[in-house]
Amino acid sequence: MKISSQPEKVLFQNGEILDPVKKTIKPGGVLVIDGKIADTGRIETPDDAKVFDCKNLVITHGFCDLHVHFREPGREDKETLQTGSRAAMAGGFTRVCAMPNTNPPLDSPEAVSFIQEKSGSCPVHIHPIGAVSKGQKGKELTEMGLMKDMGAVAFSDDGLPIQDGSVMRRALEYATMLDVPIINHAEDECLRADGVMNESVVSNHLGLPGNPAVAESTMVHRDLELSELTGAKLHVPHVSTVDAIDYINGMKSKNSKVTAEVTPHHLYFNHEALSFFNTHLKVAPPIRSENDRQSLIAAVKDGTIDCIATDHAPHTIQDKETTFDLAAFGMIGLESCFGVVKKVLVDDASLDLISLISMMTVKPRNIMGFDSDLFKKGVAAELVVFDPNESWTFHRRNVYSRSINSPFYGKDLSGRVKCTISKGQWTHN
Amino acid sequence: MLQQKHLLGLEGYPQEDIQAIIDTAFNFREVLDRPIKKVPSLQGITIVNLFFENSTRTRISFELAQKRLSADTVNFSASSSSLKKGESFKDTVQNIEAMKIDAVVMRHPAPGAPRHLTEFIDAVVINAGDGTHEHPTQAILDMMTLYEKFGKIKGLKIGIIGDISHSRVALSNIYGLISMGAEVILCGPAHLIPPYITDLGVKINYNLDEVLEWADALNVLRVQNERMGVGLIPSTREYRALFGITEERLEKHAKEIVIMHPGPMNRGVEIDSAVADSDQAIILDQVLNGVASRMAILYLLLGGKYEDKDIK
Ligand SMILES: [Zn+2]
Repeated sequence: MKISSQPEKVLFQNGEILDPVKKTIKPGGVLVIDGKIADTGRIETPDDAKVFDCKNLVITHGFCDLHVHFREPGREDKETLQTGSRAAMAGGFTRVCAMPNTNPPLDSPEAVSFIQEKSGSCPVHIHPIGAVSKGQKGKELTEMGLMKDMGAVAFSDDGLPIQDGSVMRRALEYATMLDVPIINHAEDECLRADGVMNESVVSNHLGLPGNPAVAESTMVHRDLELSELTGAKLHVPHVSTVDAIDYINGMKSKNSKVTAEVTPHHLYFNHEALSFFNTHLKVAPPIRSENDRQSLIAAVKDGTIDCIATDHAPHTIQDKETTFDLAAFGMIGLESCFGVVKKVLVDDASLDLISLISMMTVKPRNIMGFDSDLFKKGVAAELVVFDPNESWTFHRRNVYSRSINSPFYGKDLSGRVKCTISKGQWTHN
Repeated sequence: MLQQKHLLGLEGYPQEDIQAIIDTAFNFREVLDRPIKKVPSLQGITIVNLFFENSTRTRISFELAQKRLSADTVNFSASSSSLKKGESFKDTVQNIEAMKIDAVVMRHPAPGAPRHLTEFIDAVVINAGDGTHEHPTQAILDMMTLYEKFGKIKGLKIGIIGDISHSRVALSNIYGLISMGAEVILCGPAHLIPPYITDLGVKINYNLDEVLEWADALNVLRVQNERMGVGLIPSTREYRALFGITEERLEKHAKEIVIMHPGPMNRGVEIDSAVADSDQAIILDQVLNGVASRMAILYLLLGGKYEDKDIK
């Protein structure tokens, strides 16, 4: 895959246009002139346009991921804004939100503007998420107002769950004034203790300390109650347990400000896959039971979960090639995301394709307040062209991240991104 | 010969291979009773004892087993501090393998470390305890000792007493005993028995007297000092009152129950001296059988040629 400037006039012709706003799929093409949408639908091919034949392919909005870790500043050996952008383009993503657990963390307006400046030249849109607390220590609130002015779109101490309920309450109250979501990695650190995988018969087998489901569900419950109390926007990241799903579902019926995401890996794997101490499956929150996995799929289908987010978390080889207790938490996920969720949700669980695409486009954009009607004339083109039916096997060579910590190598996926169009750039072979 | 190249744990380990190890161990046990306690079975074989954690007893038992089989042995003790400094496990073990060795006996604080080791080296790997995961050679010597005492394992009723959650001895014993057809009841503080453990085919009973009434033999686990008084075990006297194997408690039961302990013992906590030193305790037999069963494991894994004249 290469990324280069789009031709001045390019026509994505003879495809199926999937519009996740209107919830329609219609045959046609999309004409992009000077990086902007010029026309959609039945289009005569202009003589001077470069034509991308989309026969049997779907053209839709570029995917949007609310949860990536691009490691810059501080761990550029794992990922940078540039290398992360390549991974995003490979996966069909044109817009991502970068978590603030960098070194130093994004806990000041200066740090936020560093990301804004450095990501300007990247081929995808990168929105910094600011830290909720100074140093992500869970105590003092950051300058959220100034950080929002610099471009922070949400606030989170992701990776470091906010333990103190009063800090979480104050953060939510403060955020109501700014109208931005708070994203709390929901985990009670005392209940989690030194748990490294789901507490289960599998953790018994492996002799590994377990992280119980209640460590997540009780914290999700607390956060939901606080969001209702404060009226703030709460976004629950990477939900992994059936009980958390039930609580979110219950709260959504009375509070429209709650949203939730799920990762491809929590939808694809259950904890049996860890039976041989596979460190690539060591993530936080942990891969849970089959019952949890099935409840996540059901929650996607009934709308309890709003969007797919990868939690793309690059780590070095040495961070993962070690004993399970010492291995880092997290996996990369941008490149494999679409093939995984298309397989799990559409092929295996008969979710309709439009619903899946809206969970990767309109819905995440709406949560953050981004423009989501991307087929409007004049809008800067953010598109993806994919083959909905291609079966393929995920390989190392499909990875464009600087890190390679993926558990999906050798897995058969369904649905494959063919071209990503973003910020005047596009991908090609 | 055994079906698996390594001995990483007893989870899923073939029953007939456990039996083969125990049978061979009894042959070696006879060797240990001879005036000259040495056979040439593993001459020319080099074994590294790689201990990332202190365990004098296990290391000496393995070392003795290796010497009795005439193997060449090297001891390598990595201080846990160098591990914490981030010295790569992979670098350490690949360095050792580069020196052309045939087997590694490894003790490591991390569950799964021996399996991880097999990804980096070609030598045979024997797990001498991996954190809270498994300690298969301990379970085999425990089963050999039960075999010696009862003449069988199938149908035996075994109580495992103590902190199950943090015990590799318990987990390997559970796998081994269940596979060999014994019945197992776990007895200990409820929060130190992991949830879902009954999925492994064991039962739980928190009442030690009921377990004593039921069992043929008890495997009494060591109470780790570091769990004492940090909120996990309220106090020594509380533990002794609920789960201590005391003379008074045993006297209440009419039958003679067999007592095992993997050592080292906390006398006066999980077991009283009067019990530990009594005839019903077979703790010292366990130690001797430890050498014999480790000889059998090394011998069977390292392809020593079975020569009757050597060991019979
Ligand atoms: Zn997180």
